[in-house]
Amino acid sequence: MASKASSGKAGKPAPKQAQKKPARKSDSGPEPLSKDEELQAYRDMLLIRRFEEKAGQMYGMGLIGGFCHLYIGQEAVVVGMQGAIKEGDQVITGYRDHGHMLATGMDPKGVMAELTGRSGGYSKGKGGSMHMFSIEKAFYGGHGIVGAQVPLGTGLAFANKYRENGQVCLTYFGDGAANQGQVYESFNMAELWQLPVVYVIENNQYAMGTSVARASAQTNLAKRGVSFNIPGEQVDGMDVRAVREAGKRAVEWCRAGKGPYILEMMTYRYRGHSMSDPAKYRAKEEVNKMRAEHDPIEQVRLRLMEAKSLSEDDLKQIDKEIKAIVNEAAEFAQSSEEPDASELWTDVLAEVEA
Amino acid sequence: MSIKVLMPALSPTMEEGTLAKWHVKVGDKVEAGDVIAEIETDKATMEVEAADEGTVAEIVVDEGTENVKVNEVIALLAGDDEDVSDVKSEAPKQKAEKKEAPKTEAGQGEKTSRESGEKAKKEASEPKVEVKSDPDVPEGTEYVSQTVREALRDAMAEEMRRDERVFVMGEEVAQYEGAYKVTQGLLAEFGDKRVVDTPITEHGFAGLGVGAAMAGLRPIVEFMTFNFAMQAMDQIINSAAKTRYMSGGQMSCPIVFRGPNGPAARVAAQHSQDYSSWYAHIPGLIVIAPYSAADAKGLLKAAIRDPNPVVFLENEVLYGKSFDVPKLDDHVLPIGKARVMKEGADVTLVSHSHGITYCLEAMAQLEEEGLDVELIDLRTLRPLDMDTVIASVKKTNRLVTVEETWPVCGIGAEIAAEVQAQAFDYLDAPILRVAQKNVPMPYAANLEKLALPSAEEVVEAVKAVCYR
Repeated sequence: MASKASSGKAGKPAPKQAQKKPARKSDSGPEPLSKDEELQAYRDMLLIRRFEEKAGQMYGMGLIGGFCHLYIGQEAVVVGMQGAIKEGDQVITGYRDHGHMLATGMDPKGVMAELTGRSGGYSKGKGGSMHMFSIEKAFYGGHGIVGAQVPLGTGLAFANKYRENGQVCLTYFGDGAANQGQVYESFNMAELWQLPVVYVIENNQYAMGTSVARASAQTNLAKRGVSFNIPGEQVDGMDVRAVREAGKRAVEWCRAGKGPYILEMMTYRYRGHSMSDPAKYRAKEEVNKMRAEHDPIEQVRLRLMEAKSLSEDDLKQIDKEIKAIVNEAAEFAQSSEEPDASELWTDVLAEVEA
Repeated sequence: MSIKVLMPALSPTMEEGTLAKWHVKVGDKVEAGDVIAEIETDKATMEVEAADEGTVAEIVVDEGTENVKVNEVIALLAGDDEDVSDVKSEAPKQKAEKKEAPKTEAGQGEKTSRESGEKAKKEASEPKVEVKSDPDVPEGTEYVSQTVREALRDAMAEEMRRDERVFVMGEEVAQYEGAYKVTQGLLAEFGDKRVVDTPITEHGFAGLGVGAAMAGLRPIVEFMTFNFAMQAMDQIINSAAKTRYMSGGQMSCPIVFRGPNGPAARVAAQHSQDYSSWYAHIPGLIVIAPYSAADAKGLLKAAIRDPNPVVFLENEVLYGKSFDVPKLDDHVLPIGKARVMKEGADVTLVSHSHGITYCLEAMAQLEEEGLDVELIDLRTLRPLDMDTVIASVKKTNRLVTVEETWPVCGIGAEIAAEVQAQAFDYLDAPILRVAQKNVPMPYAANLEKLALPSAEEVVEAVKAVCYR
């Protein structure tokens, strides 16, 4: 066939496409964090962990309704990435979003009160677990439809370029969303127009109950940008140092006007997809092994201890402080009033500006 | 046998055009495929090729002639065995002159059907109903004749001059100047930063537009037609319409989705559908579907300024129609306000967009039969201006709705439900709906005609509710 003849001799390697590649550091392990940075990462990750544990308990008590997707196990991803961006850079994600909100600095009280559907919640109780926003913290949601946040995040990046404000948008999505068509529509436009967007794929290995291998023809999701000429790399998403280092590289790439960048975070969620998922599609041993050997928080705790930066007591003190913050949030989420009945009719449309 | 060269159609909806230029003169020999002329509409310019070989025997329509009907003989070729001088057209030769463009809406200063009743009879297809001026346009305003297409373009250009945040994106909006030439000239004035050609990727660019709007820009997203917006439905409904509510009022989404909607001509079911009621169903959206150029301009400007997501449903068949447009520096109309186009005592007709054409045509006939019809153009479908409809029904006690979408769960169904709830005691007859037949749009010309609503059906429905 003519088409075959034109593709060259069999066995001859195809000419390599000029791949854009950022300069990468040698394999001497991730760039270490300073003592203060480690400590901050520890606090931030622990807050997410404890917050999610509390949310799980409250769900069990019937205080939180509907769908509730916990972030436990994936904390290093958002905390590491948050350490790679500057104020003003935007964050947008899907429905497993509590960790992202806390990492951007949103008030745990407001987040928890949204989970309980109270007027003190970020969306006055009208959005729930999957739909919260904070313009102040540049957090653009919180989106419930798998993959829909990817074009939206690309649009935030479009606005950055339009305004020439030098800002970058972190657009998070999971290994499940990575199979949505709109992701590739977005990749195409982002590279075509050189938009400052980092696509952070949180590969926690299961899209609901379907493993990556059972859903993806190409399981290396970092390669999903190859045909668009978008650079991508796989990152140890359980190591906050590795995440931050890769994040900095990606953000710098975007800020330099070189277009989008893909980071595939190899991570793991300890809990089921949502509260109603017993996670029978994977072995208990698999989860236990991850917890025992790769826990993102434990890794930092051990390093802090090893370096003798902190004593056992110091760490216990931090744990206590975090617990107090979470308890206060849980308290607020139960004492905050339900939204007034009149709120049913508000916020459907904005009033027209005069 | 002489060979007739006919005025060609550039698009399924073209009815007439300008014969811009002849590239041949009498006596020239032409081969099949030779470019012999150029024709022009307000949308595009195209070359006319000879379909046969022969010698140009007569130029029937001079260059520069406007409003030449499709399929009119524009030249004659002599075949090989004929003498050029033997070939003569029967039609009188058309001199280059500006013919009076047919008006679909009788504007200021035009004669009414009553004043020229005889003429109206002869031109039954040309509606001759006197239309009330829009009370939202200041009295004494001058008007200029413009096509809907030009009015939409001017609306976008004016808003882009006014607000740096406004930009247009979509397929073929920039270099091609719009698949339907609505964005003509915008690239030249505003550059490719603000007039953005997208790949064919509706789901993606609709979502990208929504994201840009959430970041505070004011995107105008053009869908080549709303048929393709179904690919983007999730972003329009779930992302654009619902985010304000789900964020407790924190997030805004000031975006306009616009493009042609509704049945076009001879393009079959996938390219010929009216989505009015699909969008009108959704809380969090504003839905506008204008008929006239004046309303198209005034409402598109309002839509671009509005802080909410707006679905702006245009109509391909109306793009080339001319209307009187107010000559104002800033012609902005209120969203959510229907317009009484003509007052009447006997029956209320409610319609929107291209549905109005059937109504006007029917009304010319109904007036002759002594029925005094009130015509309401809804203009905005969400929020629906029920006050105007109810006030009218309380006066006329009879209602017929006309639309190009299917009747099931259509705009007419919604209006009928509201009217029976709010004005039950005022009704002297059941409410009737004229709509597209409950089938996908067929391609065949005769079946398509049967599927669409028609002036005859409007006449019939009006007579039925008047028990005539």
